[in-house]
Amino acid sequence: MDGIHDLGGMQGFGRVPHSNNSLSYKPVFHEDWEHLAYSLLFLAADGMKLFSVDELRHAIERMDTRYYFGSPYYDRIVIGTATLLVELGVIKQQELDDMLGAEFKLARPYSSEGRQTRTNRTPLEVGDRVKVSDAYVPGHIRMPGYVRGKEGVVLHRTTELWPFPDSIGHGKEALHEPTYHVRFRARDLWGNAADDGLVVVDLFEGYLDKVNTAAADEAVKPAVIAEQEKVHA
Amino acid sequence: MSHETPNQHPTPAERARALHKVLLDKKLIPDNYIEDFTKLMEHEWDPSNGARVVARAWVDPEYRALLLKDGTAACAQFGYTGPQGEYIVALENTPTLQNVIVCSLCSCTNWPVLGLPPEWYKSFEYRARLVREGRTVLRELGEDLPDDVTVQVWDTTAETRYLVLPVQPEGTDSMTEEELAKLVTKDVLIGVARPVAPRA
Repeated sequence: MDGIHDLGGMQGFGRVPHSNNSLSYKPVFHEDWEHLAYSLLFLAADGMKLFSVDELRHAIERMDTRYYFGSPYYDRIVIGTATLLVELGVIKQQELDDMLGAEFKLARPYSSEGRQTRTNRTPLEVGDRVKVSDAYVPGHIRMPGYVRGKEGVVLHRTTELWPFPDSIGHGKEALHEPTYHVRFRARDLWGNAADDGLVVVDLFEGYLDKVNTAAADEAVKPAVIAEQEKVHA
Repeated sequence: MSHETPNQHPTPAERARALHKVLLDKKLIPDNYIEDFTKLMEHEWDPSNGARVVARAWVDPEYRALLLKDGTAACAQFGYTGPQGEYIVALENTPTLQNVIVCSLCSCTNWPVLGLPPEWYKSFEYRARLVREGRTVLRELGEDLPDDVTVQVWDTTAETRYLVLPVQPEGTDSMTEEELAKLVTKDVLIGVARPVAPRA
């Protein structure tokens, strides 16, 4: 979905709130409840095998935009986890409300059934020039909007396979497929309204098609990269 | 007449504790589950793990080759395995290539090797800006790269989990592996900072 979570390339933000090497990163949690977020998520997803992490990601994506934007990170994890537990009938909305003493606002219901991966996928090789799907998908998808329809080069094909997010993100049976590290030039994604550089996105096979233009392979490589073409086998 | 509920604006802490208590009351939380998982997050999953991996790769060419060919196996040699670290790829920097990691869609991070993601990594600012203005963001963070260095941003959009293998700083050849590991901070492993040799 083209939700607020799909932030890559969005403009208007100020400085990242950090200076390098200024923090000791200990303690890991700054408030005494934060450890509960991942703990309860993993209890439900891994301990009780109630849902996948993909469904959790999509539950957070389903939060109303203002709610998402106004909630700190670990709060979104808690809200996503609570949403799935209520939707699966493990706990009730009323129980949460009574315990909280207020409405425990959850994410919005699914607005899409999700979708299966394509059956006409072509396995891709390192060095292949590929084009990302043009599709607009209302449900869960792990293709950031900034690469929709764009062309890049395959650097790596994973040796493992994973369930297609657009299916499992909705709790549906999913076919398993590899993902590919696809390298794009920032200037091909945003024209001159970007720093010159490269962006590598880890994309499921179902999002990609091979492009059959040999000459284009050279065009996508900046000269400085061509000499250090180090790809993982 | 308006009805004011006692808790008009619940806080994140209150929501977390409410969910916890509901699950506790239903006896769905095994003994010590939360304590054990919290121990992993607070103590086991730490950037000093990644620092050890990098230092070993700097001193041992065979380990370096393994790390670049099969990052998962290389990290597993140290016992750095677990959730969000099931498929690891190390990103090799060169003097003219700076790799840097983000998750624009959420917060995905190589937990067992880097530890949990920092707040700034999860910020909307970092998620939005790094892919499009990598060089500028790094400069703002304190890493002002020369023009001949290419910035390559890795967006963690699937199940691969990354760590940066930085260039070993000049003048550190006589340092021990343990001393070298101290140069590799969490920020270095994410790629927003380059390691610096200590002053003589």
